[in-house]
Amino acid sequence: MPDNYFARYLPLLIHFLLACVVASALVVLSQIIGYRKPTRAKLSPYECGMIPVGDARQRFSVKFYLVAMLFILFDVEAVFLYPWAVVLRRLKMFGFWEMLVYIGIVLVGFFYIWKKGALDWNEPAAGRGGM
Amino acid sequence: MVPISYYLVLSGILFGCGVVGFLIKRNIISIFMSIELMLNGVNLSFVAFAAQWHALSGQVFVFLVMVVAAAEAAVGLAIIIAVYRNRETLNVDQVNLLKL
Amino acid sequence: MNPGGESMQTLPLGVDYIRFLPEIVLSIFGMIVMVLDPLVDEQRSQKHLGMVALLGTLTALAATLLMSQYPGSAFWNMIQVDSFSVFFHFLVIAVAALVILSSYEYMTVQRIRAGEYYGLILFGAVGMALMSSAVELVLIFIALEISSISTYILAGFRRREAISSESSIKYFLLGSFATAFFLYGVALMFGATGSTSIWQISQVLHSRVPLLAYVATAFMFVGLGFKVASAPFHVWTPDVYEGAPAPIVGLMSTGPKAAVFAVLLRIFFQANAPGRFWLIWVSAALSMTLGNVAALVQTNIKRLLAYSSIAHAGYLLIAFAVPQTAIADTGISSAMFYTVAYAAMNVGAFAVVSHLAGAGEHRVELEDYAGLGRRSPLLAATLTIFLLSLIGIPMTGGFFAKFYVFSAALKANLVVLTIIGVINSAIGAYYYLRVIVLMYMREPREETALPRVPIGVGITLAITAITTICLGLFPGRVVNYSLRSAHELVHPEMSATDIRRPSVIR
Repeated sequence: MPDNYFARYLPLLIHFLLACVVASALVVLSQIIGYRKPTRAKLSPYECGMIPVGDARQRFSVKFYLVAMLFILFDVEAVFLYPWAVVLRRLKMFGFWEMLVYIGIVLVGFFYIWKKGALDWNEPAAGRGGM
Repeated sequence: MVPISYYLVLSGILFGCGVVGFLIKRNIISIFMSIELMLNGVNLSFVAFAAQWHALSGQVFVFLVMVVAAAEAAVGLAIIIAVYRNRETLNVDQVNLLKL
Repeated sequence: MNPGGESMQTLPLGVDYIRFLPEIVLSIFGMIVMVLDPLVDEQRSQKHLGMVALLGTLTALAATLLMSQYPGSAFWNMIQVDSFSVFFHFLVIAVAALVILSSYEYMTVQRIRAGEYYGLILFGAVGMALMSSAVELVLIFIALEISSISTYILAGFRRREAISSESSIKYFLLGSFATAFFLYGVALMFGATGSTSIWQISQVLHSRVPLLAYVATAFMFVGLGFKVASAPFHVWTPDVYEGAPAPIVGLMSTGPKAAVFAVLLRIFFQANAPGRFWLIWVSAALSMTLGNVAALVQTNIKRLLAYSSIAHAGYLLIAFAVPQTAIADTGISSAMFYTVAYAAMNVGAFAVVSHLAGAGEHRVELEDYAGLGRRSPLLAATLTIFLLSLIGIPMTGGFFAKFYVFSAALKANLVVLTIIGVINSAIGAYYYLRVIVLMYMREPREETALPRVPIGVGITLAITAITTICLGLFPGRVVNYSLRSAHELVHPEMSATDIRRPSVIR
C-alpha cells in the first residue's frame, strides 16, 4: 500500500471510472445496435405497476400495504448481519451457528406468511386470519 | 468538532416534537409517526452518548431499537387497517366507542 | 466482551443456555404453533394448537425448574438467574398456562379460529419471563417490547367487533408512547453512567449520582408506570380492558404487570436508581384513590375490574417506597407476594367473566350477574372467593398481600401512605361487595340456563381458587421464598460470584 493519502483512494477512482465506462458503453451500444419497436406500454414511464396518471388520492389495494409491511420487517432483520459480519472472525464457528439459528427463525416467519397466503397477489382475501 | 451537547439537545427536541405531535395530532397515522419520531430522537442520543463514552454498545443499541421499532410499525399498521375496516375512519375523535 | 486481544473465554458456555432455557422452550413452541396454524385445515377448530401451546408452557415450567439449579449470570451479564427471576418465571409462565386453558372454550364461543392466538400468548410469555431475568436495560427494553407487541395484537383479536380493534389501537398507541419514554430513560441512564448493565449502573451510582440519573429514573418510571397502569398513566386501562377478549385481560392485567414490577424492583433496588421516593409516593396514592373512586360508578364488570387493577397497582407500589436499608427486603418480598396473590385472583376472576360473557361478549354488565348465586352456585362461590380476596378479607391471599405491604410500609414509617391505603381498601370493599350482593340477593334478569362450565375454565378456576385460599391460609412458604429472593436481589454478592465480568463493548 502506498503511503500517499490520495494514492490510497486510487482503487476507488479506478472503480469509479470503470463503472462510468461500462454504464455509458451499455447505453450507447443499445442506442446503436438495438432493435426498436415502440408500443404504448413501453413508452409509459413505468412499464408495469401502477397507472402513472390520474387522481393521486385514489384508493388502491390493501395488498400494497401488506407487502410494504412485510418488506419493512424482512428488510430490517438484515441489519443485524452488519455488526455480525464485523466481528465474525472473532466469534469463530459460534457466530456462524448463531446466525444460522437467527436466519432459521426469520425463515420460519417467511414460511408462515407464505403459507398464510400473504404473498399471493391474486387471491382476493389473504387467507384465513390474514389482515 | 460539534460538541456532544448539540446532539443531545437535538435529540431532546426531536423527542419533544414527537410528544407534542402525539398529543395534538388527530390522525392515527400521524400519531404513530410522532411515536417513531420519539424513538429516533432516542436513537440519536444513544449514538451521541456512545461517542461520549467511547462505547460501541451505544451504536449497537440503535440497531436493536430500529428493529424493534420496525416490528412495532408492522403490528401498528396492521391494527390500523383493522380499525379502518371496522370504522372507515382514522380520526381519533371518531374512534370513540370506548369512553375515555 | 473485550475485543482487545483477550482470550475467547467470552463465548457463551453451555450453562448459559440452561439459564435461558425457559425462554428458548417457549419460543420454540410458539414457532411450532405459528407454523402448524396455516397447515391445519381451515374449517377444523384450533384446539389441538391450544394443546401444543399448553404443552409448551408445561415444558417451560420444567425448564424453569432445571434453570433454578444453575443460578448465576449468562450471556455476558445480560441475564441473571437468581431466586428472584425463578420466582417470576414460574409466575408468568403459570399465568400463561392458565390463560391458555381458560381460552380453550372461549375461542369456540367467540368463533375465533386462529391458532396464532396461542402462539402470541407464548411469545408474550417469552417477553415477560425475559423481563424478570434481564439485568441489562436494553435487553429489558427488548423483552418489554416482545411482551407488549404480543398483547397489542391479542387485545384486538375479536376482529369482528369494532370495540376490540379500537381497544387494540388505543393500547398500541399509548403503549408505544410509554415504551418511547422508557427507552429515553434508558438512553439517559446510559449517558449518565456509561453503561446499561444494572451492575455497572449500581456501581457508578454508588460513588456519584449525576443529575441526569434522576431524569433517567423519572423517564423510565413514566414508561413502566404506563405498563402497570398506575395513575396518572392509567387512562388507557378501562378502555383497553373493556374491548379486549376477557381471557386476554386476565393475562395482561397480571403477567406483563408482574414482569414490569420485577423490572421496577431491579431498577430501583438493584441498580439503585435515585429519587424514587416521591415518584412512587405520588403515583401510589393517586392510583389507589383514582382507581377505587372511579370503580364505584362502573356498571360493566370488565371496567370495574380494570379500575380495581389500577387500585391494586397502587397498593403494590406502596411496597416500592421503602428505603434502601435493611427494610428493603421486607418491601420487596411483600411486593412479590402481592403479585402472586393478585395474579391468582385476577386470572380466576377474568376466567369467570370470560365464561359468562357469551358469544360476542354481550353479558358483561353487572346486571348480568344478578342471581348468579341461584343459577350456578359453584361459579358464584368461586367468583366470591376471588372478590373477597380482592377486598382483602382474611383467609384469602389478598389479605396477606395487603397485610405484608402495609406492615412493610409501617416499618419504613410511611404512615400517611399506609393510611391512604387502608382508607382505599375500605372504599374498595364497597364495589366488590356490590357484585357479591347482586349475585346472591337479587333475582336473575333472565332465566336462561347457563352453559356448562367447560373443562379448561374449570381447571383454571380450581387452580386459581385453591391458590388464593392456600396463600390466605399458609402464606409462609411463599413469603420465605420471596424474602430469600429479595435478599439476593439487594445483596447479590452473597449469592453469585461470577457477576463481575465486564460487559460493555469498548
